Amino acid sequence: MNELTNKLISALSEAEIGEIEAEIRHLPDRRSAAIDALKIVQNHRRWVSDASLASIAHLLDMSTAELDGVATFYTLIYRKPVGEKVILFCDSVSCWIMGGDKICDRIKSQLKIAYGETTADGKYTLLPVTCLGDCDHAPAMMIGDDLHHDLTNENVDTLFGGTND
Amino acid sequence: MWTPYLGGQMTDLPLTRNIARGKAPTDLTAYEANGGYSAARKSIGQSAPEELLEVIKDANLRGRGGAGFPTGMKWSFVPKPDIQNSPGHRYLVANADEMEPGTFKDRLLMEFDPHQLIEGMLLSAYTLSADVGYIFIRDEYHVAIKRLKDAIGEAENKNLLGDRILGSEFNFHLHVHISAGRYICGEETALLNSLEGKRAIPRAKPPFPQVSGLWGRPTIVNNVETLCNIPHIIDNGADWFRSLGLGSDGGTKLFGASGRVKNPGCWELPMGTTIREILEEHAGGMKDGYRLKGFLPGGASTDFLVEEHLDLPMEYESIMKAGSRMGTGTMIILDDRTCPVGMIANLEKFFARESCGFCTPCREGLPWVQQILDSIEAGEGKLSDIDILESQTRFIGAIGNTHCAHAPGAMEPLASGLKYFRDDFVRHIENKQCQYTSGGA
Repeated sequence: MNELTNKLISALSEAEIGEIEAEIRHLPDRRSAAIDALKIVQNHRRWVSDASLASIAHLLDMSTAELDGVATFYTLIYRKPVGEKVILFCDSVSCWIMGGDKICDRIKSQLKIAYGETTADGKYTLLPVTCLGDCDHAPAMMIGDDLHHDLTNENVDTLFGGTND
Repeated sequence: MWTPYLGGQMTDLPLTRNIARGKAPTDLTAYEANGGYSAARKSIGQSAPEELLEVIKDANLRGRGGAGFPTGMKWSFVPKPDIQNSPGHRYLVANADEMEPGTFKDRLLMEFDPHQLIEGMLLSAYTLSADVGYIFIRDEYHVAIKRLKDAIGEAENKNLLGDRILGSEFNFHLHVHISAGRYICGEETALLNSLEGKRAIPRAKPPFPQVSGLWGRPTIVNNVETLCNIPHIIDNGADWFRSLGLGSDGGTKLFGASGRVKNPGCWELPMGTTIREILEEHAGGMKDGYRLKGFLPGGASTDFLVEEHLDLPMEYESIMKAGSRMGTGTMIILDDRTCPVGMIANLEKFFARESCGFCTPCREGLPWVQQILDSIEAGEGKLSDIDILESQTRFIGAIGNTHCAHAPGAMEPLASGLKYFRDDFVRHIENKQCQYTSGGA
């Protein structure tokens, strides 16, 4: 394992613990911060490893199994490594009507991944997401924190630089 | 960039009075310059909470999140504060988890006028004697989260939030909770479980959240748009609010249209505006070469309506009488070149995926429905499949057979789709293929 991998699965950092404790301060008990804590750690490490999960559970005075039950319920908590950026592609109805599925197929073929997979270079992970609330600009997707909409073959090609037709 | 509807006169379209195409989001200075926080300044510590509750009841404001429950009545179920016998916090939660497919209205309100929501929450909390508030917002709304947090900071600095607000005895602390996905979080008791850091599984009712909600304490959960109406009602009175509507429902509403219309978007219009006006005037009618085949009036979990319903006013009762629900008021348009079976298959895939898995009819029934629809769409269906789908709409579509309203909501577009587009289902099965080329996959 390289240094980065070690860092990603090691016990919680002081910064992470500090942020988690700040959330706990306005909650009536420690375990209520479960989702906040998972997201804080994920923000630092991109995903939540078994080791991170056990550390968070210890910090929140919960069993690891109970916390994993919470973590695996939510689609935006990643229990497997993800790429540098996660692409959340809207597969809900308005985007579907506007041809979103075909746009998504193009992305899949350009990046050579299916839903749930990460590109070979580790840059992108592709996931479907429920309606992004941008239906008047369908089809829409997020790349990391950025919203991209009114998607066409042309702007997808520009984004991912591929011409795999 | 978002292109909101050009807000009209200040009093006629209160919710979007600070929102216009090309206009910057409203900060505290701009919000106050346009009359913002005047309702809070004249009420906090000045009016009795009971008086404000009466105004909201008189206004006949109904919940804008989909169910349309009268807000004043919902609030009146909260027990009066009793510090001696029932000490502890009382909570107000803004449901900003906008995830109903086809819905894009609360994002607009939060991104472009965050103080309107904050003032709405402040006044609501004062009315309910709530001392802690949460804005439960979906993670993907990064821009709204940033602007809300900045706005909360501005309000705290001016003593509009925090302790002894505006010199009164009233304290209200407001936090932003960023969610981690799952549509079911929009169900108010699932939302409460999620806020408590648990899996978002709906709770059995009773007890209702008003009595035993967040951490077992009295809690009110309201949709963002509902809360944004509160300052204007307090400022201008119940009669004014009721007069804004064209028919039986008071106020204005953010209506929207998406799909193959010329000008998809979101507009604040009087409650009771006809569907035809929204579609033809505001959305500009269908795109050239497309005809209207049907539409979902208020999000994925509402029944299809068709051309004969175009002259109905968008208000709770009239849409209910036509066999659907106004829901969120943001319409999804089905055109004649997009496959209705494919569209319904897409909707049911969404509902199946978003089932929380707690009760069997929903967890098992929705994927079954999805598989049947996928096979019909792929030309592998049998005529008897239609009977199975219909029996499912009656079985998991009936309130009471499932733990919450998720599966019944899922059955609304399916049941109405089988009614209005039955020929399409039969043609897919008899021809062993889908004959549509546009839209979808």
